[in-house]
Amino acid sequence: MIERISGKRKAWCGTMKGLCILSLVIVTALTAFMLLYVLFRGLPHITPELLFTSPSMLRHTIGILPDILNTLYIVIATLVIVLPIGVGAAIYLNEYASNKKVVEIIEFAAETLSGIPSIIYGLVGMLVFCQVCSLGTSLLAGALTLVIMNLPTIMRTTQESLKTVPESYREGAFALGAGKWRAIRTVVLPTCINGIITGCILSIGRILSESAALLFTAGFAHNVNGFISGLGSAGATLTVALYVYASERGEFEIAFAIAAILMILTVIINLLTTYMGKLMKRRNGQ
Amino acid sequence: MNLRNLIAQKGYKDNPRRLIEDVIHLVFLLLGLVAVGSVLVITIYLVISGLPAIFKIGPAEFLFGTRWASTASEPEFGILPFILTSVYGTAGAIVIGVPIGFFASVFLAKMAPRKVREIMELCIGVLAGIPSVVYGLVGMTILVPGIRILFGVPDGATLLAAIIVLAVMILPSVINVSLTALQAVPREYEEASLALGATSTETYFRVTVPAAKSGIFTAIVLGIGRAIGEAMAIMMVAGNVANMPSIFKSVRFLTTAVASEMSYSSGLQREALFSIALVLFFFIMIINAILNVLKSGRREG
Repeated sequence: MIERISGKRKAWCGTMKGLCILSLVIVTALTAFMLLYVLFRGLPHITPELLFTSPSMLRHTIGILPDILNTLYIVIATLVIVLPIGVGAAIYLNEYASNKKVVEIIEFAAETLSGIPSIIYGLVGMLVFCQVCSLGTSLLAGALTLVIMNLPTIMRTTQESLKTVPESYREGAFALGAGKWRAIRTVVLPTCINGIITGCILSIGRILSESAALLFTAGFAHNVNGFISGLGSAGATLTVALYVYASERGEFEIAFAIAAILMILTVIINLLTTYMGKLMKRRNGQ
Repeated sequence: MNLRNLIAQKGYKDNPRRLIEDVIHLVFLLLGLVAVGSVLVITIYLVISGLPAIFKIGPAEFLFGTRWASTASEPEFGILPFILTSVYGTAGAIVIGVPIGFFASVFLAKMAPRKVREIMELCIGVLAGIPSVVYGLVGMTILVPGIRILFGVPDGATLLAAIIVLAVMILPSVINVSLTALQAVPREYEEASLALGATSTETYFRVTVPAAKSGIFTAIVLGIGRAIGEAMAIMMVAGNVANMPSIFKSVRFLTTAVASEMSYSSGLQREALFSIALVLFFFIMIINAILNVLKSGRREG
């Protein structure tokens, strides 16, 4: 069969295959380069002093402890708020909704939300949460902005795993006399906990990497606070701190150190989601 | 209908469990409507805060004015440079990023051994997860000096640097979406083509790719959406001067125009920034609409 192929066809196939391999090499090289370059420039500057102190004007030292804490607070606050809303919305769409029009509207809204750029979230968050709700520039305002941004992610992942729960589970629960809510609470939700966890991990990844939406809602301050007082005051997350140190203060060593930390977290989060995906596939396969 | 009628009609009195079930149903409905409410609030606030300045400045002057001097003693608010920069920047990113993403996804979907595909999926996940400020930082320290030396321009923070950063940033979404589309093509199509004597490479490009073309098109439109909405990374590499776009000039995008002046803006300048955000939102809504048309077209097909 092969000898019948004309030279022209052979050349075309070769070129196409070559382009495919070349593209793949480019993507791999890019990823490897980004990882290695950032780690190479950042890791040497990650010192205990950097990790566990606040910036000090007197000693001319920079520490990122407040930024690490702020990031942690924002992740916790966002997840605590977005989880019930997102999971609840997914439950409504998958378990309760009988009106097709309502489902379409909610799904359309979620899709629209996931397409809106973060800078617009930042602006509207500033208007609505900082000014109208008079929260001021604070971590809470930032977290609420991120809640809306991450709502579609949690909704989608929960909905996808709700769809994999076999109908017979629900019927079994109903047959035993459970009401709808009881069936959902005791049978359906526990079965799709993996999907909800995946949604959480994805959201944590998005929150860690978000900066534009937080710039005007959560601000730039670098103070160490407790959780509750932290939510009420302004604070930079790691990404915002990276931006400030790199573009406004020219502290590239600090910026690369933060970038290296973010890079490591990104890799961990990806390994986790891959692992969760495999776990769910295996369970559904059984 | 008053409350007593409702209670009697639904039989809540005899059956309190039904009342609880209905209340829970209502709670979930409300949670579902949060997303709808959010979209409405975002739209309404952007329109309310963005429209007045457009009319104060004059729609034509605002959209087609070529000079932006918001802090001058006689301020001018023309955002054509930002619009064109966003359009050119996005187009450039698509021209570079889409071919690479397309060929890579064909390889991953059809030619790659399983091990390679798994490693690449992780690579793409990492590439997608890298925060945009990290892209900006790497661009600042490598691309910007690189462009300055390579092309002998006085400052490397140019539209070109932004295009390259954007091209890299849209790669993961382009690859992922086209990959899904390519994998969804029925195996029979390919088998028929192979049986007719086409080589495997010919089959992938002449049969599989055309069959997945609406998915690949979706990937491109998604890439456009991501590129046009990106702010922080390009703010760090594009130099941020309100020039008319040119490949070796320092430029400002719609997104970076908002981000760079917001913190110290006031009065009409601030209102004009919201108008820029409204224009950006308009572009995003057009892209969303195209995505929806593509999606419903695929569902029917």
